[in-house]
Amino acid sequence: MPDLLLELFSEEIPARMQAGAARDLERLMVGALTDRGFLFEGAKAFAGPRRLTLAIAGLPAKQSDVREELKGPKTDAPPAALEGFLKKTGLTKDQLKVETTPKGDVYMALIERAGRETPQVLAEIIPEVMAKLPWPKSMRWKPGSAVRWVRPLHSILCTFDGELVPFSFAGISTGLHTRGHRFLSEGKIEARRFDDYAQKLKANHVVLEAEERSAIIFEGIKQAAFVHGLEMIPDEGLLAEVCGLAEWPTVYVGTIQDEFMDVPAEILQTSMRTHQKYFSLRDPKTGKMANRFALVANMVAKDGGKEIVAGNERVLRARLSDAKFFWDEDRKHTLESRVEKLKGIVFHAKLGTQAERVARIEKLAGEIAAKIGADVKLAQRAARLAKADLTTGVVGEFPELQGVMGRYYALHDKEEAAVADAARDHYKPVGPSDAVPTDKVAISVALADKLDALTGFFAAGEKPTGSGDPFALRRAALGVIRILLENKLRYPLKLESDLLSFFADRLKVALKEKGIRHDLIDAVFSLGNEDDLVRLVARVEALQAFLKSDDGTNLLAGYKRAANILKAEEKKDGKTFTSEVLENKLAEPAEKALFAALTKARAAITAALDKEDFAAAMQQMSSLRVPVDGFFEGVKVNADDKQVRENRLNLLASLRATLHQVADFSKIEG
Amino acid sequence: MAKARTFQDLILTLQSYWAAQGCLILQPYDDQMGAGTFHPATTLRALGPRPWNAAFVQPSRRPSDGRYGENPNRLQHYYQYQVILKPAPENVQELYLGSIRAIGLDPDLHDIRFVEDDWESPTLGAAGLGWEVWCDGMEITQFTYFQQVGGIECDPVCAEITYGLERLAMYVQNVEFVYDLAFNETFRYGEVFHQNEQEFSAFNFERADTDILFQHFKDAEKQCRELLTGKKLPLPAYDQCIKASHAFNLLDARGVISVTERAAYIGRVRALAQACCEAWLETPMGAYKPRFG
Repeated sequence: MPDLLLELFSEEIPARMQAGAARDLERLMVGALTDRGFLFEGAKAFAGPRRLTLAIAGLPAKQSDVREELKGPKTDAPPAALEGFLKKTGLTKDQLKVETTPKGDVYMALIERAGRETPQVLAEIIPEVMAKLPWPKSMRWKPGSAVRWVRPLHSILCTFDGELVPFSFAGISTGLHTRGHRFLSEGKIEARRFDDYAQKLKANHVVLEAEERSAIIFEGIKQAAFVHGLEMIPDEGLLAEVCGLAEWPTVYVGTIQDEFMDVPAEILQTSMRTHQKYFSLRDPKTGKMANRFALVANMVAKDGGKEIVAGNERVLRARLSDAKFFWDEDRKHTLESRVEKLKGIVFHAKLGTQAERVARIEKLAGEIAAKIGADVKLAQRAARLAKADLTTGVVGEFPELQGVMGRYYALHDKEEAAVADAARDHYKPVGPSDAVPTDKVAISVALADKLDALTGFFAAGEKPTGSGDPFALRRAALGVIRILLENKLRYPLKLESDLLSFFADRLKVALKEKGIRHDLIDAVFSLGNEDDLVRLVARVEALQAFLKSDDGTNLLAGYKRAANILKAEEKKDGKTFTSEVLENKLAEPAEKALFAALTKARAAITAALDKEDFAAAMQQMSSLRVPVDGFFEGVKVNADDKQVRENRLNLLASLRATLHQVADFSKIEG
Repeated sequence: MAKARTFQDLILTLQSYWAAQGCLILQPYDDQMGAGTFHPATTLRALGPRPWNAAFVQPSRRPSDGRYGENPNRLQHYYQYQVILKPAPENVQELYLGSIRAIGLDPDLHDIRFVEDDWESPTLGAAGLGWEVWCDGMEITQFTYFQQVGGIECDPVCAEITYGLERLAMYVQNVEFVYDLAFNETFRYGEVFHQNEQEFSAFNFERADTDILFQHFKDAEKQCRELLTGKKLPLPAYDQCIKASHAFNLLDARGVISVTERAAYIGRVRALAQACCEAWLETPMGAYKPRFG
């Protein structure tokens, strides 16, 4: 079956937008084709610095014929409805059929549309798709036209089954030609089919596929590093970016001058990465950063890259001189002397300055330290200095080095090691793959930092919304959860209810990955008295294990049955059953047995919960299964005698209350 | 393709290259400004339907960038070379690369790339999409397709090419300290400008009288507004806008403008720029017929 080849050739597309544009192009085209009844074998989109390409394989030469029945207005509807229907279908009244339905007679139209030739359909949908392609940012460039693209578009290559598909977009008519590398190829290239196209591009120094460019860069750096006895420091984000900056990626290695090698590696690495997009290399034996860097050019230079390397080294020298200057200057002032300067930095309009925030964190870190058994003085000291590096030159230049620099400067100031480490680690975890702090001083500051932000922003009405979380509060809450759980820290979160339910949601996300059911978290959270996450999770885990057991499944079924009966009867009577069960009104052996079991279990469950022995509490619940099953088998709840009936309902209510000591079973699914 | 050996060679090469492409070779504007974009040949001429192709050197003043002549490449006064092409020709990237070849940078030996960098001037209410052009990792040019100036949509869209001349010359001459650049065969850049950097840094950071500057700002704002009422004179009014902007930059360097005030001052300059641009479009040279939405 025939194939479609589409290439949209433009001026340089921002690296960060390429992958998304390829995905969107594929998605929109696949959608437009499917909407028109096309089936095909496969679609794949490619993106690079100057082109978006889409290949669709196995597309039929002709659209399938469409035959559909459309239901119109009722025969007794006002004439305007019929008119509208005729207009919509393009038929006349005598072409309609009348069909009798349960709601009356209606007009029916039979529409038959012969399928059109595929190129005709393509010529119609591609310009529509192009107009709809959602670039994060796009521009106008055609005089007098509102048409937009990410940068000026130069040509459109479009073939179906090797033949040109004629259409135009932005005043550009389709053709059979494209261009190769900006400097390593000349003139136009004709291509009609994908394989030929990809091959010719490669011959003209363009690697079409981003994954292939990525592999070339990765292997290139690996080998170049190996030659120097080094290895690359992995950096996937940078790899993805440089992939979008070269059609013909070529790796060269340059040297960092010795005078910069005593600047902290993080500064060198960050400077090289952010400003220059260079990869750092390291010694595989010591793990120490090496005095070499790898750069990815878009050029195979005539001189083997001598000028390119020399030029890049020169630029790097200027960059690193700046960085070194900041590093040297910063160390002339202690962190302590910088705390004062935080008064001049606004943290948030509603939450005051960084200095005010630090004062709050200092106090809170001290309180937390006392509760979790950390050195209170050290925690307070660490909290006081933790944000001082925000006033340094290095952090001003590279905000992502906050904390890391704080540690260097604290060590330089001869602060305690725990204080210096906390300055670095109190931001942790910065992402799902980042480790949590484990030292108790760092933990105190990390918790204080996050809890202060959470309570502050919530109180200021700056809660995250479905679409936005500008202050990264979800991450902060998740951080608190992970720090507490992974360190098994018993620390009661005394939070307002809206913040507590925010935590509950975060907790569900965090525990979902561990396979813990979100409904069980709800069931425990909704008891409303649990602010100790470690205890909460222990209870949820015990509950989940219990519900997996045979006893658990059956008891849950029994609970649901009891709850349903209660709900119906409570509605009927217009009251809830909470009264004491009257032992002398119990008649059947099964209800007596259930009463006895409940009395025993309730006390035992209370005792077990007090000792936080959740396994024991679950065991006690297991003991209820047999009497509960027995009750439903042998007892008719809605007895004729009013008193007996109410007593039995009270007994079921007592079962409900007993189980609700452990969790709100009504929240449990299944 | 001999390399432009001196700073002035570089300028002369660019002048003749862009003259050959049909550009008007204009001279620097005689007001102090932060960038070539402020030149009325860019700001005002970027608007309206008339074609416009011009190139010029513009001395650019960035008071806060002063380093008393001690930083290897930071200057409070430097030169920009600005090319403005309206409408942007289809081969504008090729034309630009031609200028790079003309000054002696051979693309076969270097790694020249267009890296995303969108440009925005809050003071001019201007914004555009484009790139910074990298040569072996060094940013040598800012390349922008204007979308908006003075809050008004540009149609046709023009291309603005801005070379930082000192930086480019340092690259071409293989020099690491700006003051070591050969200005011509005899003079070093430092002999021409080092003392200026020292004196003006002291002026910008220490001596500029802030009361006078605040007054300058107010006066310029008032005069600008006045020129835009009754019979409008957008060109002289725009001069006043440039003066207000420079007074603000100096006040900023003196550190007397707080973060919140800063935004307010920028907003005031922008309001002037917008009013000038709007008035310009009512003049014969600016006459503007919006062609769409």
